[in-house]
Amino acid sequence: MTAPVMSRPHAALWRWCGLAAAALAWAAVYQVNLPFWTWLLGDVVGVDLHSRLGDSLLFFFYDTTKIVLLLAGIIFVVTILRSFMSIERTRALLGGRREGAGNAAAAVLGVVTPFCSCSAVPAFIGFVAAGVPLGVTLSFLIASPLVNEVAVVMLYGLFGWRIALLYITAGLVIATSAGYVLGRLRLERWVEPFVFETRLRGKLIDPAQGLTWDDRIQMGREEVVTIVRKIWPYLLVGIALGAVIHGWVPADWFADHANGPFGVPIAVGIGVPLYSNAAGVMPLVEALHDKGMQMGTVLAFMMSVVALSLPEMILLRRVLKPRLIATYVGVVATSIVAIGYLFNVIL
Amino acid sequence: MDVKILGSGCRNCQNLETNTARALRELGINATIGHVTDEVDIIGYGVMSTPALVIDDEVVLSGRVPTPDQLRVLIGAHHSSS
Repeated sequence: MTAPVMSRPHAALWRWCGLAAAALAWAAVYQVNLPFWTWLLGDVVGVDLHSRLGDSLLFFFYDTTKIVLLLAGIIFVVTILRSFMSIERTRALLGGRREGAGNAAAAVLGVVTPFCSCSAVPAFIGFVAAGVPLGVTLSFLIASPLVNEVAVVMLYGLFGWRIALLYITAGLVIATSAGYVLGRLRLERWVEPFVFETRLRGKLIDPAQGLTWDDRIQMGREEVVTIVRKIWPYLLVGIALGAVIHGWVPADWFADHANGPFGVPIAVGIGVPLYSNAAGVMPLVEALHDKGMQMGTVLAFMMSVVALSLPEMILLRRVLKPRLIATYVGVVATSIVAIGYLFNVIL
Repeated sequence: MDVKILGSGCRNCQNLETNTARALRELGINATIGHVTDEVDIIGYGVMSTPALVIDDEVVLSGRVPTPDQLRVLIGAHHSSS
């Protein structure tokens, strides 16, 4: 029985060396991305990179590679960090919180808790049945998709840390205030009554407990594969659209056509029914901004795409009546419009 | 032994079922694996993170997919205690 004990330090050494090697390889590929595609398209294939087609092609291949690399890196790291947190812990932290401070806490926890919108219904019932106020629960549900790691790191990669930080702050403010307003509106009667009658039985299993480092690294790897597999069609469509805008829409076209007084609400109106994810919408966001659309309008568009999604609303219909869902969409969309205007003024 | 997988049919639920079936086979336990897919029934077990594993009406695992080896230990411990 001594063999496993003896090999443990070696196993740990191999694990960390493997991780370090993977990180180095990642950084190297990231560095050669642009020179590689410039060389392959320009020198080998012989495309004129200053032509519209060439410019669009280079943008497409370079951006796809960059975004997939960024995504894989971020998802891996964030999944490992989040494996220390769980929805069960979040509920315990939110139980008995009052509105106001509770909304802010729920918004922050919405960002750090591992959560998939596919478990929105069990989480919603679990929170409400455990006595977390409705508005606080909604703050959590708003923050979780809005301030997601993919959006934040891609904003950082494309626009720098100032915009990324601004986005996080704005997302937290929206989740806190929209949840607070929804809580004040006393919407409990628009929640399906069985939610309040649900009794939670059985002992609670915390998924974050008892994990080894190998488990966490394994989870990180699996999450990268799952997410990339899920979003690549959105990503390709987004990048292709971005490349078209990049190559064909005249510079400053959006500055002349989309920066009027109603630019923000129009962008949000288009963004709400659009269903994509942060990775898919980001290339579009980059291209729109390149062609002169104001930052606040661009960010509001992106927020409205990721924060409100039809599939999640259909899921939530199990527990929320249409009136509440409509109010939810209305309050969140209004907050996003307000933030968009604010950014257009201050940026 | 009554074994149930809780989850709305996502990929992870299928992975958990595959691994559980293998662990049961390796332990020589003859049990059929049942499913609970309705979200409202799932929360009835107190589970918020799917997939989850329920043995004899007790939740033993939630929110992740362990390897067949890890599941063998988990199921084995439950089997010997009951």
